[in-house]
Amino acid sequence: MREVMVVGAGMTPFGELWESSLRDLGIQAGLGAIRDAGITSSDIDALFVGNMAAGRLIDQTHIGALIADYAGLAGRNVPTVTVEGADASGAAAFHHAYLSVASGLHDCVVVGGAEKMTDLPDADVADIMSTALDQQWESFFGATLFSMYAMMARRHMHEHGTTREQLAQVAVKNHSHGALNPQAQFRRPIKLESVLGAAEVASPLGMLDCAPISDGAAAVVLCSGDRARKLPGQHFRVSASAQAGDTLSLGSRRSLTAFDATRVAMENALKLAGRSRSEIDFAEVHDVTTIGEIMAVEDLGFCKKGEGGKMAESGRTALGGELPVNTSGGLKARGHPLGATGIAQIIELVEQLGCKAGKRQVKDARVGLAHNVGGAGATAFVHILEAV
Amino acid sequence: MPGLAGVRFWRETDSRYNLSGNRCGKCGTVFFPPRPLCPVCHRESLGKMEELRLKGEGEVLTFSVVQEPRRGFELQVPYVLAMIRLDEGPVLLGQVVDCAPGDVKIGTRVRSVFRKIGEEGKAGVIHYGYKFAPL
Repeated sequence: MREVMVVGAGMTPFGELWESSLRDLGIQAGLGAIRDAGITSSDIDALFVGNMAAGRLIDQTHIGALIADYAGLAGRNVPTVTVEGADASGAAAFHHAYLSVASGLHDCVVVGGAEKMTDLPDADVADIMSTALDQQWESFFGATLFSMYAMMARRHMHEHGTTREQLAQVAVKNHSHGALNPQAQFRRPIKLESVLGAAEVASPLGMLDCAPISDGAAAVVLCSGDRARKLPGQHFRVSASAQAGDTLSLGSRRSLTAFDATRVAMENALKLAGRSRSEIDFAEVHDVTTIGEIMAVEDLGFCKKGEGGKMAESGRTALGGELPVNTSGGLKARGHPLGATGIAQIIELVEQLGCKAGKRQVKDARVGLAHNVGGAGATAFVHILEAV
Repeated sequence: MPGLAGVRFWRETDSRYNLSGNRCGKCGTVFFPPRPLCPVCHRESLGKMEELRLKGEGEVLTFSVVQEPRRGFELQVPYVLAMIRLDEGPVLLGQVVDCAPGDVKIGTRVRSVFRKIGEEGKAGVIHYGYKFAPL
């Protein structure tokens, strides 16, 4: 496998972007990435797009072709494909784009993620997000994505003594980070009492434990190492791109409080990168709910199982702590336009590694990790990027 | 919304109505929903999966009271979703009904009951299936 580099990045702000269509968002992010990379559209060998649910959200499938067309790539008949892995679609697209360059098939590709969620009422969006679960045996009976995480949270509290306050602390931390990110949907800190007092979504989780409904797009340019060295600007090595899976339904799993897909993807990623956990300087993890981040930190092996709540409470995962987690604000505060999230995580790694993260800059950031989960844990990706 | 045609594959899916699971004839593991092959024994389980009618009794492992529902469940709010370990072993998801939401705890013993789950509009197909009630 060849060396693969991220050579450019671009994203839209995340949020309620009423005036923008999916194609507007995709093009804005893609053009930003191309400009940042210092390439032209004639350099692009292929386009990969991560999208979870445009077929239901805006009645549009074939997103790869749509974006390629409006990016002006269709005239050159550039190949394109949409990649779907629920709300890990962005990381899934990145993984396949990475493989296409690593294998030698392509030399330079664009990989983006995009989702347009705010055109529908919230109940419809909850319905569409629940399609990531097992329709016949979970969502049919009224399960939503957040209610699945809520059940994991309650079991986690029961088995490990995790407290409601520890869950809430994750949201407080991620909002404090998001306040420093100009692209974030929520750029203001929140108080612990606000999280505890917010309207319940699915007990024990409230509105401020859950990622918002967002519009947005993000894109990066990947090149082979040889091609990258001929380009100007900073480049970042993709030292691991790993995925693991698990059963679709929660009930068939080994545990209700752990994602084995995350654990195995992490083990494989560390092997690929030739790194140990202690060498990871910072991480973007899948905090689609507060319990999601607590489980992620445990399953990635940054603390023992059951100690994720204490880790959040202690400040060790906050900016300035020993392992800053979700410096972008995470899914909670940066926003969670499903298919765009995995790419936005990669962009946060690139900004940190390139010392361009401004007020949220992690000191001496050399090795960063991104963790993106599909649905309630049947799919997990771990990517490791390094400064070169 | 799906069309009003009455044809749906699940109308022929017994498991949704009578908790019919299956058991691997090789290793004895019990599954619900029934699986075409055993994920432990793989190919060696082919042709050896035996249908097994589950008793429908079990224990709540975890639960959530849902306030923000899926489309179609608005009139049921608040409803209790739970992960239930059946006495035969499988863990499945179901609603817990016939009690106040506050009555459900981790460890609560429940039994399955046959109920209406939802409907596809006023004149549409009605969905039936299992829910659970405290014992």
